[in-house]
Amino acid sequence: MGGLQKKKYESGSATNYISRNKARKKLSLSLADFRRLCILKGIYPHEPKHKKKVNKGSTAPRTFYLLKDIRFLLHEPIVGKFREYKIFVRKLRKAYGKAEWSGVQRMKENKPAYKLDHIIKERYPTFIDAVRDVDDALSMCFLFSTFARTGKCHVQTIQLCRRLGVEWMNYIITSRSLRKVFLSIKGIYYQAEVLGQTITWIIPYQFAHDHPTDVDYRVMATFTELYTTLLGFVNFRLYQTLNLVYPPKVKHTKCASIKYMDLHISYQKLAALSASLARTVPSVEDEEAELDHFPAEGEDLEKMETREKMELEQNKQKKLFEGLKFFLNREVPRESLAFVIRCFGGEVSWDKSLCIGSTYDETDETITHHIVDRPTIDKQYINRYYIQPQWVYDCVNGKILLPVEEYFLGVTLPPHLSPFVEESEGDYVPPEKLKLLALQKGEKPQAEEDEEEEEEEEDDEDDEEEDDQSEDEDEAEDEASLAEMEEKRAQGKSLSVKVTPGKVKPENRMRTEQEEKAEEKRLAIMMMKKREKYLYDKIMFGKKRHVREANKLAAKRKAHDDANKPDKKKKKKKC
Amino acid sequence: HSSKRSLTKIYAYGHDQDQRKFWLALILTSVTLQDIRNTVGNIPMEWYKDYPHIGYDLDGKKIFKPIRNKDELDEFLDKMENPDYWRTVQDKMTGADIRLSDEQVDLVHRLQEGKFGDVNFNEYEPAIDFFSNEVMIHPVTNRPQDKRSFIPSLIEKEKVGKLVHAIKMGWIKPRRPKETTPQYYDLWAKEDPNSILGRHKMHVPAPKLKLPGHEESYNPPPEYLMSEEERLAWEQQDPEDRKLSFLPQKFACLRAVPAYSRFIHERFERCLDLYLCPRQRKMRVNVNPEDLIPKLPKPKDLQPFPTTQSLVYRGHSSLVRSISTSPSGQWLVSGSDDCTVRFWEVSTARCLKTVEVGGAVKGVAWNPNPSICLVAISYDDTVVLLNPGLGDRLVSTATDQLISSYEEPEEVKEQPVQWTVAEGEGHEQGHRLILKHPKAVRQVTWHGKGDYLACVMPDNGSSLQVVIHQVSKRRTQNPFRKNKGLVQCVSFHPIRPYFFVATQRYVRVYNLIKQELTKKLMANCKWISSMATHPGGDNVICGSYDCRLAWFDLDLSTKPYKVLRHHKKALRSVAYHRHYPLFASGSDDGSVIVCHGMVYNDLLQNPLIVPVKVLKGHTITHDLGVLDVTFHPTQPWVFSSGADGTVRLFT
Repeated sequence: MGGLQKKKYESGSATNYISRNKARKKLSLSLADFRRLCILKGIYPHEPKHKKKVNKGSTAPRTFYLLKDIRFLLHEPIVGKFREYKIFVRKLRKAYGKAEWSGVQRMKENKPAYKLDHIIKERYPTFIDAVRDVDDALSMCFLFSTFARTGKCHVQTIQLCRRLGVEWMNYIITSRSLRKVFLSIKGIYYQAEVLGQTITWIIPYQFAHDHPTDVDYRVMATFTELYTTLLGFVNFRLYQTLNLVYPPKVKHTKCASIKYMDLHISYQKLAALSASLARTVPSVEDEEAELDHFPAEGEDLEKMETREKMELEQNKQKKLFEGLKFFLNREVPRESLAFVIRCFGGEVSWDKSLCIGSTYDETDETITHHIVDRPTIDKQYINRYYIQPQWVYDCVNGKILLPVEEYFLGVTLPPHLSPFVEESEGDYVPPEKLKLLALQKGEKPQAEEDEEEEEEEEDDEDDEEEDDQSEDEDEAEDEASLAEMEEKRAQGKSLSVKVTPGKVKPENRMRTEQEEKAEEKRLAIMMMKKREKYLYDKIMFGKKRHVREANKLAAKRKAHDDANKPDKKKKKKKC
Repeated sequence: HSSKRSLTKIYAYGHDQDQRKFWLALILTSVTLQDIRNTVGNIPMEWYKDYPHIGYDLDGKKIFKPIRNKDELDEFLDKMENPDYWRTVQDKMTGADIRLSDEQVDLVHRLQEGKFGDVNFNEYEPAIDFFSNEVMIHPVTNRPQDKRSFIPSLIEKEKVGKLVHAIKMGWIKPRRPKETTPQYYDLWAKEDPNSILGRHKMHVPAPKLKLPGHEESYNPPPEYLMSEEERLAWEQQDPEDRKLSFLPQKFACLRAVPAYSRFIHERFERCLDLYLCPRQRKMRVNVNPEDLIPKLPKPKDLQPFPTTQSLVYRGHSSLVRSISTSPSGQWLVSGSDDCTVRFWEVSTARCLKTVEVGGAVKGVAWNPNPSICLVAISYDDTVVLLNPGLGDRLVSTATDQLISSYEEPEEVKEQPVQWTVAEGEGHEQGHRLILKHPKAVRQVTWHGKGDYLACVMPDNGSSLQVVIHQVSKRRTQNPFRKNKGLVQCVSFHPIRPYFFVATQRYVRVYNLIKQELTKKLMANCKWISSMATHPGGDNVICGSYDCRLAWFDLDLSTKPYKVLRHHKKALRSVAYHRHYPLFASGSDDGSVIVCHGMVYNDLLQNPLIVPVKVLKGHTITHDLGVLDVTFHPTQPWVFSSGADGTVRLFT
């Protein structure tokens, strides 16, 4: 029975994990650099199954990384670059101290720089992987592009972020891949479908930021560094797929003008989102690949049909605003609206003094919709609708052109619903959504009739309740009489015996059947195993909570409607 | 005048009167320099503050301060009345007031405006460029050239030498050529599936952020807005516990929507999540809850079993602790805390007979032998064998004869229990034999043949906890020599000579013939309250005070085959039906649960246990519900007695 005695923590999970501090020492990096490396390489901590074992018996809270991950970081060439940069900074400081200006100049010229291309390629080996992960990159870039050009981060970063954002938006416009827009209190959410991947990003409203003090901007800057690289490559590839020139250029009819056009102005025009992009190959527009029809059977056929239907719907949505001419008043969010309208084929323009790139004037007679966000407007043209900006977003989410009456100036807007919510069975569906669904099916809005029907339904419900109550009362009476009789019997008094014709109790077969079933279920639940019972209880609890929440919302809505009904009626009478 | 010139360099910026006065004083001192009378020099004048004189004149005589007796009021009046007040200045050197001339005031103004003091000074005179680009024939200086200007410099040579050396050694590198590759290019031009790292397969992509719901809209439907109470509750919650991280708000128009103050925070938190959160693949349980419910045979198919309460036997005024049915199923006996035993006719719920005894009745048991009509009743430390005289007269008299035909054995053994024959009034009431025990008797139970009677006297201290009486021989035995814990209840095996003893946590099975322990069943519960044996004899159920019912299959193992947790409160009694595959349990929650418990003859097939009915009827009094349950011997009916003083029949 020989052999060496096994020591604790020398094999197994204790050797598979490494604490953050140890990892940092192994890589001989400062904490900030280690953090940066982890962000760039996408290394995240791991939670060991048995924390105490890994922690060598201690229960102190520690972050653990996989040893394999840290070994992987050891080979990273960028670690060398970090060190170089550290040395560069030290040398530069020394040169400044000695006032060796030529030395400073020379060092600045030879400033060590690193590229993240290989990391992007390594983290996203295929293009689709990169597109799938572009959500956060977009949100971050759009946020950084709204920063003021002072403090917080380098001006170059802000400019790069802005450029990439503009490129992305131009791509979305050209490929017409925007699907959903949502005006939230945080910012504007956009959802696009790029190469089959659903990508959602958020852009804050155009305001100066109140920079918080408890945010580490270094971390954000490192992420942005990675994200700008990623987004640049993704943009390049996306432009390539559409045969567009990269970096993007505005399409011009006259070749001569390009030469003389200032680069800066051309970029601004691009950012105005009103012009279409130049293509490498002058392509024939609207060459959509039609789906080939394969003979299919059974389920496949159904799937095919639904897919075709979806395709048709999508094509319809893409051309939602085609033929419409919009004009934006100066108080509406120009960029967002221009982006959305152009994504669905509409034409858009604004006041010349507002921004570069306006294509027609306010006086243009062919304008169909004028978007205004103020209660009234002085000069109104007859042949156009004056509407509030929400109409555009609601149309996009509803995939149809909604009636404009509810969005006129000064009118109380209907609620703006989130297009991301997909109600499953049992969820609460706001009535506005139901209305929208009806509109999508092509039914005409019959608001008043609906209301009346609803009222009737309510009455019915009340009646039912009353019935229940009366039944209960009957039972109670029966019980009372029985109890009386029993009491009398106990006291030994002779009852005044009287035979009354018995009533046949109407037996509700359905009800009894249901009750039986319910009891069966109850009994079966009693026989469940402990573990399964626990799981079952948990699921049922979740379901019940779900139902409770839905009911609460419905009740709230009802209360609100009831409170507002008299107002509405009054209004109607006035009308 | 020259002093004035020197002063022109001073610029004045002040505009208020005090400032102006200061300037006036300054100028005055310099103006009066020419006819200087005070010889103290340029010293701080406050050194003469405490003296009557202010300095010395050229002759060395003291200059006395002029008499100044103006107070604030005079000063003010002077300020108001004297039109030249503004141009009156005190000379610090002499202490006298001086009125400035127009010329001097003008000078002050000029200085204040930043102009030269001299009126005639032209500041824009045409400049003469001495060092112009035109080379003149005469050098500017006549100095001869240095030698060093035409001899190569040694220092420079040294410097160049150093640079050359550095270049040779490779310390100085030529300037790097600027990178010409574009910043962005087609990175995924050559997608090579083989180059994907193995670790990439293990990579867990970051989950996407949750998409916003209706409540985040700038114009949400009214039901998503928080009411006042909800808002208060939200504010009081810890930010981490909040279900929503923001307060839903409604704005009348898009223009009114302000910036979201936590936007950067949220992005930053996302960043932190991305690089600081451990990621794990978690298997989500995605089961249909209906699938979890076991598929049991329908209770309908398992009929007959009691379903409804059909009769209530009222009469007792206190808890009915114990009930028992006659072997024919025609009579029911119940013992209560009101010191009475009542006999009922099962089918009519009539109380036929009431027998008063001397204490709260703890247990009643009807002799299972149909040819003997005898009921054992236990109260305090006494067990009474009682002939109720119900039913067949022949059986009743036969029983009496059986008891009276007893003959005293020749040698009398010392017995732990005292047997006496009831006489007098007791005999008329039906009392036949009275057994005085040394301790309080809690439970009585008959052997299937009807000759043996076991009594339980729970006592943790002594070995005399269970006694077995033989009625025909009036003999008493203490089967156990040792105390193995507090005995809760006992029961006889219906067929074989086995004896079950339930202590707090175990059930021991003894072989009475071999006089040894054959099995010890572990109930896995805290405190056994009751026990019943299956008529087949191979299965035992145990009820416990911790709401469990354990079914033991003696052939399988010493651990429960199944533990049922159907009741909400402590179980008080359990019972098997003699013919039908039914068993029932009564509990403090006032319900009786009837289960179908089929035992198959095939040894390979495990018993089938299905709960078929929850019977409710007893009201809970003093936290006690059902105290005893027993089945009708032939029908699928169950009797239950409760703390509310009733016995109920469910059919």
